[in-house]
Amino acid sequence: MTIQVNGESRGIGDGHTVAALLRELDIRADRVAVELNLEILDRKDFETRGLREGDRVEILSFIGGGAE
Amino acid sequence: MDTMNDRLVIAGREFQSRLWVGTGKYKDFAETKKAIEASGADVVTVAVRRVNITDRSKENLLDYLDPKKYIILPNTAGCYTVEDAVRYARLARAAGVSDLVKLEVIGDEKTLFPDTAGLIEAAKILIKEGFIVLPYTNDDPIVAKKLVDIGCPAVMPLAAPIGSGLGIRNPYNLKIIMETVKVPIIVDAGVGTASDAALAMEYGADAVLMNTAIAGAQDPIAMAEAMKYGVWAGRLAYKAGRIPRKLYATASSPIEGML
Repeated sequence: MTIQVNGESRGIGDGHTVAALLRELDIRADRVAVELNLEILDRKDFETRGLREGDRVEILSFIGGGAE
Repeated sequence: MDTMNDRLVIAGREFQSRLWVGTGKYKDFAETKKAIEASGADVVTVAVRRVNITDRSKENLLDYLDPKKYIILPNTAGCYTVEDAVRYARLARAAGVSDLVKLEVIGDEKTLFPDTAGLIEAAKILIKEGFIVLPYTNDDPIVAKKLVDIGCPAVMPLAAPIGSGLGIRNPYNLKIIMETVKVPIIVDAGVGTASDAALAMEYGADAVLMNTAIAGAQDPIAMAEAMKYGVWAGRLAYKAGRIPRKLYATASSPIEGML
């Protein structure tokens, strides 16, 4: 199935969870926020939250920045 | 005065340093780390952005800034609407470990001045959700008072536009803010060099936050150290109490004993 991750289309296996997606992308779950279809997920739900066709996932983390 | 025991407390949290720094505009993470170490700051502000999923070789800022050693203060930089600022603050909380947020609602691309009406609105929403909101605001005493009235435990008025290096453009307004509100004042943005930071502290600011003045200096690490001493000097001078300004001279040597 195909989902959108950070604005880009990506094919993933059926039944993938958010945690599985993060592992596949080699992203540490403890350093990111995940928004699924505009809903901000609780980190403890990453393992159980399944993804569906057409889902829009945003993965964000802290970067260097001061203001603006 | 012992600078080490002159602690700043905001919403029950103790801050060791009165110099807070941003993490943007550095050449690389190694330079960021060195500059922050030289500044002595224990509060570092960070932005929240999409993870680069195509190039995972990119290092993470938190590999260089240990969240156990530094207080990570996420900001809502780049947000021009209440909705965006609230969204980014929530994302920051989800990505991190604390309820702290440096709230920015920017009003205009050219000046990057805060949209203070939007700021108050966003602050209200976030405070209701349990955030500790440190608002980046204009040097406007009325807005500062409103922000405190709705529950901000500190206010962060600008010295001058972000990244401008102009120094304190309106010292009188800053002084009025310090007299008007009884919460800590962190002068945020516009500082150009160490004397600007010292002046802010001499006026009675509780801390100074800067990024470009350090990261943009020819030698960011040396400037970071200069800022540390600037903030210390200003704080010490403020606590010491300066002499009044007078128009005419007052001799410092006695007249007695002269020929």
